[in-house]
Amino acid sequence: MTSVAVAIPRSGRTRRVLPGFGLTMGLTLSYVGIIVLLPVLALVLKGAEIGPVRYWEIVTSPRTLAALRLTVTAAAIATLFNAAYGLLMAWVLTRYCFPGRRLLDAMMDIPFALPTAVAGLSLTALFSANGWYGSILAPAGISVVYTIWGVAIAMSFTSVPFVVRTVQPILEDLDPAVEEAARSLGASPFTIFRRVIFPAIQPAFLVGATIAFARSLGEFGAVIFIAGNLPMKTEIASLLAMIRLEEYDYNGAAAIALTLMLIALILLALSNWLQSRMQRKGGVT
Amino acid sequence: MSLAMSNITRRFGQTEVLRGIDLDVAKGELIALLGPSGSGKTTLLRIIAGLDWPDAGNLSFEGQDWLLKTAAQRKIGMVFQHYALFPHMTVRENIAFGLTVLPRAQRPGKAQIAETVQRLLTFLQISQLADRYPSELSGGQRQRVALGRAMAIEPRVLLLDEPFGALDAQVRRDLRRWLRSVHDSAGITTIFVTHDQEEAFELADRVVVMNGGVIEQIGRPDQIYDHPATPFVARFLGLTVELPVVMKAGRAEAAGFDLTALPRRALPEGPATLFLRPADIQPVADPAAPFHLTEISSTGALLRVVAESDSGCRIEAEVPRRDGHGLETGMNVSLCAVAGQIFPGLASQRASSPVAAETTPHALKENRL
Ligand SMILES: Nc1ncnc2c1ncn2[C@@H]1O[C@H](COP(=O)(O)OP(=O)(O)O)[C@@H](O)[C@H]1O
Ligand SMILES: [Mg+2]
Repeated sequence: MTSVAVAIPRSGRTRRVLPGFGLTMGLTLSYVGIIVLLPVLALVLKGAEIGPVRYWEIVTSPRTLAALRLTVTAAAIATLFNAAYGLLMAWVLTRYCFPGRRLLDAMMDIPFALPTAVAGLSLTALFSANGWYGSILAPAGISVVYTIWGVAIAMSFTSVPFVVRTVQPILEDLDPAVEEAARSLGASPFTIFRRVIFPAIQPAFLVGATIAFARSLGEFGAVIFIAGNLPMKTEIASLLAMIRLEEYDYNGAAAIALTLMLIALILLALSNWLQSRMQRKGGVT
Repeated sequence: MSLAMSNITRRFGQTEVLRGIDLDVAKGELIALLGPSGSGKTTLLRIIAGLDWPDAGNLSFEGQDWLLKTAAQRKIGMVFQHYALFPHMTVRENIAFGLTVLPRAQRPGKAQIAETVQRLLTFLQISQLADRYPSELSGGQRQRVALGRAMAIEPRVLLLDEPFGALDAQVRRDLRRWLRSVHDSAGITTIFVTHDQEEAFELADRVVVMNGGVIEQIGRPDQIYDHPATPFVARFLGLTVELPVVMKAGRAEAAGFDLTALPRRALPEGPATLFLRPADIQPVADPAAPFHLTEISSTGALLRVVAESDSGCRIEAEVPRRDGHGLETGMNVSLCAVAGQIFPGLASQRASSPVAAETTPHALKENRL
């Protein structure tokens, strides 16, 4: 690896201006190999060991199916909410000047910094029948804890910064003259947003939403406390994988994990494809 | 009068960026706002466009108070300094934008919009670019698209901020002629901003020279060129030689200079300052004169000549190379001024140079007297 990279500038016609390509590239690839690719590979190999027929049996068993359905549905709800809220938050943070803006900006990162289990515990306490929120919601007949809504809320808590943090820099970099041009051409504020601003932030928005979704699929710590984990009802897929592990059913665990990973991969690929389509259309000025 | 401004004042915090602008623009006129960077040109343009509001003053168009109208209601065509095209729309979509955002009742049909856009594309000679995105265009092409987008809404006034600022010299010249021809055939009242004197003079019917938030002079290009009204305008137009002279009976006198070619001026007796272009100074061989040549260098077409007097006065002159073959370093010369502008009093050279005046606007007021 290293020797090839070093050989290129000497003999090849492409001379690199920046030094250190061999070292940096080598380090990066080693890291990706050891920390990311190897576990994924192990997972795939384990899955392959099971064989397609057994894999299909495991995944389509009622309990697994229910867990996957709950996970994907709750993640979708959380992502929809976060997409809307994250966009709004990014807009507020970049467009308006108000006291406490920096504080609010810093607070956006709390879900990243907080241990997810802590978040899960406090959410459960808040939404339980005698908690601050729960005591208001319970008389209205709404229960959050031990339902899909609880799962979705926990998921959205841990993934809210993704959309904000991907959209915010794009909004900050937008050339104000472009909006002024639209304004002087007679566009209403809403039209300016729809036809000028949103197309510019759309790729970043999509990336943010996709990562938020992928993260929600795998969220564990925050969810298990509030979900109640009733099999067939509020049991998420990653918890089921964990239960299988504890039962020494390694095949079952691997099959579920592989499925979660496949869903996330398909989603990332889809978002990349959408993005490249938009980029070809727009391009950077 | 189509566009009338009076006493327009704009402050950003403590800095007064516009300090009482009075300007009337006739229908169909092509006006240049000329001034150094930071003189408030863009700010004035944005106020006319309705993208910014003055702290005081009036702005009206054909009798209507424009300060009561939004940018959209004014129907202004604005071309921004860096074009500000919509990056994710094709050239065609960019030009159509202003028509597609009209309220439904006024919006032309799809076919009609397409036809208008096609007509503009042809008019601006960019039909072949119609389906490209802005990122696939050169600076000059973007410029044309930006103009097309502004013209599509049939604006009552066209505003262009440094329209040629980001282009290279050849494209600038071509686009300049092209813009003039566009203006002449479309007849839209147009104001454009520039810091390039040549550009302003070649293109505009009238030039407005701005400095430090005030208008220094308004006039036809030749008028301003021949009779700069203030020392600032004189310096800005390249009258860089400032010579202390003494007025006697309407004529300026200075040791070693022949100033008899200058017209008489009704100025008080006493000290004054003569502003000259280096090209308007001719060295003439004269063994008795106090100046002698210390440097001669060639730029190709011109000889740049430096003459110094025994008293330490240093004058630069430019002579066409063809006429300068007799000149040698060391020879004594008298200097003959063929044109120049005299202002009463002694303008101190440093404090009132255009750059210094920009940072300390008050220096200018003082030496304008
Ligand atoms: N939004 C603003 N806030 C504060 N100062 C500004 C703003 N816009 C312009 N200025 C100041 O006003 C002065 C004139 O600016 P401008 O009108 O852009 O000049 P020009 O276009 O002639 O170069 C500059 O000194 C600039 O710093
Ligand atoms: Mg400007």
